Amino acid sequence: MTDTTGAIKRRESKSSAVLKAFKRLWRYPTTLIGFTLVFLFLVIALFGPTIAPYTYTQQNLVNKLQPPSEEHIFGTDQFGRDVYSRVLVGSRDVLSVAGAGTAVAVFLGLLLGLISAYRGGLFDELIMRFMDVILSIPPLLLAMVILFSLGPSRLNVILVVGFLYIPMVARVVRSVVLDLKTRQFVEAARLRGESSFYILYREIFPNVLPHLAVEASMRFSYSIFLVASLGFLGLGVQPPSPDWGLMVGEARTWFHQARWVLFFPAGAIALLVVAVGFMSDGLRRMLLPGGVSDA
Amino acid sequence: MTSYLIRRIGFILITLVLASIIIFSVTQFLPGDVAGIILGQFATETAIANLREELGLNQPLHIQYLSWAGGFIQGDWGNSLTSRMPIRPIVMERLGNSAMLAGMALLIYVPLGIILGVIAALKRDKLPDQLISGVSMAFVGLPEFVSGLLLITFLAIGLEWFPANSSISPDSTFREAFPYLVLPAITVSLTGLGYIARMTRSGTIDVLRTDYVRAADLKGLPAWQVLIKHVLRNSLLPTVTVVAMGIGWLLGGLIVTEAVYGYPGLGRLIVFSIQRQDLPMIQACSMIVVAVYSISNLIADILYGLLNPRIRVGE
Repeated sequence: MTDTTGAIKRRESKSSAVLKAFKRLWRYPTTLIGFTLVFLFLVIALFGPTIAPYTYTQQNLVNKLQPPSEEHIFGTDQFGRDVYSRVLVGSRDVLSVAGAGTAVAVFLGLLLGLISAYRGGLFDELIMRFMDVILSIPPLLLAMVILFSLGPSRLNVILVVGFLYIPMVARVVRSVVLDLKTRQFVEAARLRGESSFYILYREIFPNVLPHLAVEASMRFSYSIFLVASLGFLGLGVQPPSPDWGLMVGEARTWFHQARWVLFFPAGAIALLVVAVGFMSDGLRRMLLPGGVSDA
Repeated sequence: MTSYLIRRIGFILITLVLASIIIFSVTQFLPGDVAGIILGQFATETAIANLREELGLNQPLHIQYLSWAGGFIQGDWGNSLTSRMPIRPIVMERLGNSAMLAGMALLIYVPLGIILGVIAALKRDKLPDQLISGVSMAFVGLPEFVSGLLLITFLAIGLEWFPANSSISPDSTFREAFPYLVLPAITVSLTGLGYIARMTRSGTIDVLRTDYVRAADLKGLPAWQVLIKHVLRNSLLPTVTVVAMGIGWLLGGLIVTEAVYGYPGLGRLIVFSIQRQDLPMIQACSMIVVAVYSISNLIADILYGLLNPRIRVGE
């Protein structure tokens, strides 16, 4: 009996917490803009190839470097390909590569952070020192060197992004777990004789989740930045892929004759990056209201 | 303080050794054979075998690592595979160029970021804060090649205030290089500016909430005195660390920015070496970047210790 009322009470407080979170969301216009834009980008990534009037590889050399017109609203590039179609299809590249990389980093970082903090001792020390070493190499440089060796392919870019951001996620998770470990509800579970797995999964993980969500959204914006920069330098996804960074890098040659080839993918990157930034800022406000001042 | 310093330096040495192992082993995954890369695809088997012997590529990996690392410490960084020139003078010259660019960027974005951050904190949640926070959020995430190309379009091609291309001679003096440095420096600054502004804002807001600031306010001190004597002295302390932690970003930003403007710094050298598969050059450049990064972190730690009486007097 007491159990059910407890459950109901918890559900009530949960729904009002969600309501409160949404109220906080509307208070900041930037958050609203961020969430809306990210949602739009996801829709474009899903349906881009269907909406696109041309395929991203369809060449038409007679029509190369044409300024925006009715047939090609973003103009055409050096091969006469439709820039609008390429930008639409490219959203899928950017979001999937950066998204998958972030997912790898968040998953492995979570595991390492949880286990490392929970077990403590030499294991924790070794893992964290290794993370420090990875962090002592600037991410873009390490990514470039690894991709130079592995060869630039979509899968390798995902793996590199995933690997590079493990330490940051692990650090955040670890610090949260270290704090939670000393709390009474964890102590109580331990005294009840629960297994380590149960404690980590049922008692600690739910409390790590808000921090993890904020961290993941931040890593996502860093990943987009990194993937785009690698594409621009020609070390990421390879042609003829419509990766936005790669498109900007290729368009530089034609910059003086045809600015639209460069502007639209560059603008798309800028818009996406700003949107994800606003969204992650908003997530922080919603999920970790205590730490509003955290940058 | 001394024992703290010794521990920090020891830690950095270990980090450098481990980082060098990472850099060395990562470059071993290279699918092609270095000797094959140097001689090109039409080389004969014997020529490749001879060169492998000459380069010591037949020795076990750990011996190769030790001779590479040993040579690096003694200042013998080998020769470039593409130009056949000794690596060290080239890297040092490019490092100097990158330092000029980085220095100029730091002079722009650190003071400006602090000022904007303090304004945002004082006007928290009001229009100036929303503007500064929004814009800095946008700048933090904007890749340098996007902002750089926009700056080139408007300030170099549109208004013709600055040259659009910075591919100057690598041995230019600062005075010669200056006009070519302005746009790249602004480009690198944008990311850092947003970062510093955000961190300063949060640090200042934390201090504004403390009792001693309230006390200073209530005892009737003029607002500017409270700000300078009580708020900034405390809130700017973490900024030292923030600036140093941003150096890693700055180094990454330099790589992209130098590629955008064709500026002959270390970043462009790295990109160039990767395109040419110039392995020893890549290894040397990477080690230098890691060393610069570690040393700047050390300097930040020392500065933080010197500025913070709790650490300075504590031990």
